[in-house]
Amino acid sequence: MIAITVKNIVKTYGTKKETITALDDISFEVSRGELFGIIGPDGAGKTSLFRILTTLLLAQGGTATVDGFDVVKDYKQVRNRVGYMPGRFSLYQDLSVEENLEFFATIFNTSIQENYNLIKEIYVQIEPFKKRRAGKLSGGMKQKLALCCALIHKPSVLFLDEPTTGVDAVSRKEFWDMLQNLKKQGITILVSTPYMDEAALCDRVALLQSGKIMSIDAPQEIVKSFKGQLWAVRSANMYALLKDLKQYEGTISCNSFGEFHHLLLKDGTNEKELLTYLNQHQHTSIELKKTEPGIEDCFMQLMNKN
Amino acid sequence: MKKLLMILEKEFRQVFRNPAIFRMVLIMPVIQLLVFPFAANYEVKNVKLSIVDHDHSAYSQKFIQKISGSGYFKLTSYEPSYLQAMKSIESGTADLIIEIPKGFEKDLVNDKAATMLIAVNAVNGVQANLGGAYAASIIRDFNAGIRTDWIQPPAFNAQPTIEVTSSNWYNPSMDYKIFMVPAILVTLLTMIGSIMAALNIVHEKEIGTIEQVNVSPITKLQFILGKLIPFWIMGLITLTLGLLVSWLVYGIVPVGSLGLIYVFGMVFLFTLLGVGLLISTFAETQTQATFVSFFVIMLFMLLGGLYTPIESMPGWAKLITKINPVAYFIEVIRMIILKGSGFADVKVQFFSVLALGVFFNAWAVLNYRKRS
Repeated sequence: MIAITVKNIVKTYGTKKETITALDDISFEVSRGELFGIIGPDGAGKTSLFRILTTLLLAQGGTATVDGFDVVKDYKQVRNRVGYMPGRFSLYQDLSVEENLEFFATIFNTSIQENYNLIKEIYVQIEPFKKRRAGKLSGGMKQKLALCCALIHKPSVLFLDEPTTGVDAVSRKEFWDMLQNLKKQGITILVSTPYMDEAALCDRVALLQSGKIMSIDAPQEIVKSFKGQLWAVRSANMYALLKDLKQYEGTISCNSFGEFHHLLLKDGTNEKELLTYLNQHQHTSIELKKTEPGIEDCFMQLMNKN
Repeated sequence: MKKLLMILEKEFRQVFRNPAIFRMVLIMPVIQLLVFPFAANYEVKNVKLSIVDHDHSAYSQKFIQKISGSGYFKLTSYEPSYLQAMKSIESGTADLIIEIPKGFEKDLVNDKAATMLIAVNAVNGVQANLGGAYAASIIRDFNAGIRTDWIQPPAFNAQPTIEVTSSNWYNPSMDYKIFMVPAILVTLLTMIGSIMAALNIVHEKEIGTIEQVNVSPITKLQFILGKLIPFWIMGLITLTLGLLVSWLVYGIVPVGSLGLIYVFGMVFLFTLLGVGLLISTFAETQTQATFVSFFVIMLFMLLGGLYTPIESMPGWAKLITKINPVAYFIEVIRMIILKGSGFADVKVQFFSVLALGVFFNAWAVLNYRKRS
């Protein structure tokens, strides 16, 4: 069963003088019960795509369906079936946790009791603060409340727009655990994130860059499609090292990656030659080893290819 | 229905938690009604008077006493020459000069006629007009006094004269406040209607909550009614408070029906809320909404007959007042409170305001988009 279809969606912004293409002929499908990630940097078009699918924005071209309903023609049915958590916290800050939840339950023709089991696991964490105003909650708790509000009407498809942006590492981890649990309940989840490491937690991901999908596949398949051998390099002076590696004639690409620089070499380039080159440039305590590529490396490779 | 009730419950909770709105609805009207009627007063008093007396006679002294004792003028300076008196006008210490020429008394006694000069600072038009008129009427009075002193009136007037006396209907003591207070009440309702609802909706746009609501199955009508009804009720509370203040402080009891005032007020608020709603569908930020609202309110007020009578406006301005709900309500509330007009008398205004209300609200609903 298909939960979401997106066919040739085009969205442009701007005036007659200057137009910006936010989404450029995007097509993909999401199966029911799938946790699908849209991975891309800021400005890739993630939010525009979410707003089109949640019936808030009209696309210039193409069609899209959610749960079998057209987002333009059958927008009323779509609105009954989706849960949407925008990137920015947008609940009523002057209402309490409980009041927010009650409000969203009622406007979706349901009650907290009716779907309590769905949110229970998340709600118990914020329940001690249920009398507190939403504006006075910490970032992680705000996000949990927002998720509860998006879930309270038992949506069949959940749209989460950058839910973990600006949230600490522990809360991010917790949040992804919650998503895995929701998936088990049969809810289709479309989540966007600028963090590449979160891609591995999705069933499938679409890599989005400048309004175009570069690749759609399971994260491990995307990693497998990486071409070439990746090296991790480090030395005493990391900044000079990056500059020198980029200037090296055998280098295809080199990116800073935490403790190491990830380096991709042209075919036929010898690692001994590279070490000699680095020694010539007065690098000390050089460490060079083979490494497995991550989603981010794949993203960089795909980006450079285009 | 359940959804609408929930929205209303939420709006009222937010209103009670927002001290600014609460103050605006309860305290602002009371303060405005206590302060404005005293300040916004057409009666001209304390006109600063400078006198140039070249005559120094008994009559000129008598005249000066009369004019400075009238209560309208404050004698601020005696100047030896007109030029010096002009200087005091330039420096702002005088508003009006009266120059009494040399030989004033002599001419008055011998020739039965004398001249006098009045010069008025017309920078403030209202003050100049009224100050000049007061001075002229005091001089006339003085003149009449002299004539009765000198001339033994004949038993019958040689020539028939028409004596004019006027009586002021509906406001016998010509109390300015009785005339102003009802109109100020209307301006208060105008503020609440056109600004508060607009700001409220635009605020939801700014903080993004409107997105969450737009994704829900709430209909346009439910959302808009949820916004209108609370402010409509608040407007009626303000009207009640205003009527109470005008009764307790100014002793104004409507001659006409209180019920009619409320019925008209309800329709008027509906119309003004429609205007606010319309503004909110165009504005993206509260700053934009505030500026547009101010512009509209200024237009409504200045072309509403609050300060200047509509009858003396040029033709094109009169046409604008035809689509100005504030103009209708100011006219009607004065009619009901002062004159005791009934529904039949205000029928035309009532349906005009109602039609404007339907128009503005319909436009707003059509223009409100749940998606962009």
